[in-house]
Amino acid sequence: MDLTLKIWRQASGLDKGKFVNYKVGNISHDASFLEMLDILNEELVIKGDDPVAFDHDCREGICGACSLYINGRPHGPDRGITTCQMHMRNFKDGETIVIEPWRAKPFPVIKDLMVDRTAFDKIIQAGGFVSVRTGGVPDANAIAIPKHDADLAMDAAACIGCGACVAACKNASAMLFVSAKVSQFALLPQGRPEAHERVQKMVAKMDELGFGNCTNTYACEAECPKEISVANIARMNREFLTAKIVAQKA
Amino acid sequence: MGKLEAKIPHGPLSEKWTNYKAHQNLVNPSNKRRLDIIVVGTGLAGAAAAASFGELGFNVKAFGIHDSPRRAHSIAAQGGINAAKNYPNDGDSVFRLFYDTIKGGDYRAREANVYRLAEVSNDIIDQCVAQGVPFAREYGGLLDNRSFGGAQVSRTFYARGQTGQQLLLGAYSALSKEIGKGTVKMYTRRDLLELVIIDGRARGVIMRNLITGEIERHAAHAVVLATGGYGNVFFLSTNAMASNGSAVWKAYKKGAFFGNPSFTQIHPTCIPVHGDYQSKLTLMSESLRNDGRIWVPKYAEDAEKIRKGTMKPTELSEERRDYYLERRYPAFGNLVPRDVASRAAKERCDAGFGVGTTGLAVYLDFAESIKRLGKHVIEARYGNLFQMYEKIVDENPYETSMMIYPAVHYTMGGLWVDYELQTTIPGLFAAGEANFSDHGANRLGASALMQGLSDGYFVLPYTVQNYLADQISVPAFKTDLPEFEKAEKDTKATIERLLSINGKNTVDSYHRKLGLIMWDFVGMARNKEGLKKAIIMIQELKVDFWKNVKVPGKNEMVNPELEKALRVVDFIELGELMARDALYREESCGGHFREEYQTPEGEALRDDVNFTYVSAWEHKGDDAEPALHKEPLVFEFIEVKQRNYK
Repeated sequence: MDLTLKIWRQASGLDKGKFVNYKVGNISHDASFLEMLDILNEELVIKGDDPVAFDHDCREGICGACSLYINGRPHGPDRGITTCQMHMRNFKDGETIVIEPWRAKPFPVIKDLMVDRTAFDKIIQAGGFVSVRTGGVPDANAIAIPKHDADLAMDAAACIGCGACVAACKNASAMLFVSAKVSQFALLPQGRPEAHERVQKMVAKMDELGFGNCTNTYACEAECPKEISVANIARMNREFLTAKIVAQKA
Repeated sequence: MGKLEAKIPHGPLSEKWTNYKAHQNLVNPSNKRRLDIIVVGTGLAGAAAAASFGELGFNVKAFGIHDSPRRAHSIAAQGGINAAKNYPNDGDSVFRLFYDTIKGGDYRAREANVYRLAEVSNDIIDQCVAQGVPFAREYGGLLDNRSFGGAQVSRTFYARGQTGQQLLLGAYSALSKEIGKGTVKMYTRRDLLELVIIDGRARGVIMRNLITGEIERHAAHAVVLATGGYGNVFFLSTNAMASNGSAVWKAYKKGAFFGNPSFTQIHPTCIPVHGDYQSKLTLMSESLRNDGRIWVPKYAEDAEKIRKGTMKPTELSEERRDYYLERRYPAFGNLVPRDVASRAAKERCDAGFGVGTTGLAVYLDFAESIKRLGKHVIEARYGNLFQMYEKIVDENPYETSMMIYPAVHYTMGGLWVDYELQTTIPGLFAAGEANFSDHGANRLGASALMQGLSDGYFVLPYTVQNYLADQISVPAFKTDLPEFEKAEKDTKATIERLLSINGKNTVDSYHRKLGLIMWDFVGMARNKEGLKKAIIMIQELKVDFWKNVKVPGKNEMVNPELEKALRVVDFIELGELMARDALYREESCGGHFREEYQTPEGEALRDDVNFTYVSAWEHKGDDAEPALHKEPLVFEFIEVKQRNYK
């Protein structure tokens, strides 16, 4: 198939960016979207042009490195997958494809389609963990956990930290990301002792880093490649409220 | 051969690690604060080690190539992690896990290391559960297990098809906790360009900042490399795009011996290659072999019809199918170890029974399991894998057989390390896939996660401390020492040289060529003539690369082509050493299959008299042949046998 690519080019965070059009031809329907970009970059390198920078690594939908706003949607048109898992059979011959980076203030552009998502790491560092040291822990089967709770925790833990939720949200809210981690630990007995402190610290850090608030449009859930549920946001709100009440009592 | 001292503690197998810990040297808390440790790589082994060092009170600097430690390639491991808990009461024990691992590795691993691995396996599960890793559970609320290749017990713990992700996120959360506290300083998007040696000890690294291109110097009292494997030598592998062998290669060129470089694992269940634009291969977890049956058509004419597209696999009756693993290996059936399953697939395809348009694929079939257990059970067990398959191949595996073929997945070889995981350079440690230590000539499924976390959480915190105990009076190193000066100058010269060639071929074009040479001659089946040819071809490729490669842009920018070029330079040299090692090892063992050495039934034929050793290669200069050292493997506690999965 032959395609026109309208790609956001920006030399660095300090430079102004613009769309540049490229043509690629003879692309197989079975190629992945990123393989299509590889082919473009090979051609650019041979021509002596600057190849398009984009983040990617595992190319099987689990590392969360790839991003890309494709035709106005994070991770492109298909549901429940990342950009790297999308194949060209989702597009039509002759189509013009618009490719942009995540656009959110807390995710500044580094170059072209690469953005800086270290804000997510900072939120985790603020409290997204269980404070246990290596060694000296009880036997793994010492505490039975209802299968239903473990499954819900796993649903939340499936988040890959790609940032599509933030990119999809008109408020650039990180609520889905933060609530997935809060929920995972809130649902498990191992996470309960610090649950109140954790949710307060993570939410405070999220606000400090400039992420917006949730106005319940559910765009995050619709675009999440791992289909993380907004029920996690409701759970986080409950945890947050409880934490406040408990803090007032003390 | 004084340098190859494995330092195995005395005493019975089950007491060696206990004895080591009882007698090792410790560093008191006030001195820990004055000692710096560099950890390169923040996957399972690196993140676990960095977090544990931080908790102990050392100053830690951790480095990773990604924007976040959560993206390290450990994340892609699917199936599970082994441990000898014996929760299912099916006869498992530490000894049995040890024995299965040694046997699975075809008796080419060190007894004491493997026993320790089995011993700490249970602690790993406890640790991960305490961190909030959501392992699969049974209805009673206790942990669930499943079976994996090379074992007759169910000892694999799992978190759906994303066990690596959940374990890495556990280690990442422990690391994040320490970063938040300030005990670990994390440097993301950094590539190691050089190791700095001062007075014979590893004392620092030269890093390239992948955003600014800045070349940085970092000093420490000890350096840990946990940078993963080098499977991307083959270009096409299940490894992530950025996975590379440069850190271990730099260490090798600075004097660390390289152990068993040719031992590569070719994983039997991957989605087959489909086009020349393909960038990587996708693994379908080995756990699928629990419920999936592998087959090819029994008759060549049916295979041909399927290849031409005039027949569908679902049209073939049971009598016209050959479930070749069940036929050849009735005791283990579809759950034979990976090397055995891969070779059997190659054998059938080479004999003309392969399917798919290329003929390089076999079927993995779930029809029987779906009938027996119901679609919902299969979906609950493998739903995400089936979805992944459908997205790539555009076929529904609930309705038709999956197509699979072996692909490069893991490298058992790596930096040679002693019992303490220390390389032949004092103060330089290697952990996880970056070292050679525990898997011999073939790794069993669900053992990589176990080894990464064992090294990181439970071995290095002891052994690195033992090393640092006599370093307490050594002041922190300054980075303006001549050794740092020279290392930085050398790396800058290499970068300048690459950028100035301005040839006509892209970096990827060389990487693909290297990959083809490696796959054809140093892949699943090797022979003397092919290996000799490969060495010459690789040497020619290297010359061509340095003459005609085109690396655009400059150093002081985001420059992925330069990053790739620096890695491919090392892959080319590493590929040559792999071929050399494979040529020298005139036997077949595990993943190393020399066509000249096989039983009449086509099984790997070891030569225990001449090759029961670890090959440890020493770099002798860029224009000289490397020197081979041998660490004899002594089996005191188990009987060495021909592997038999029949």
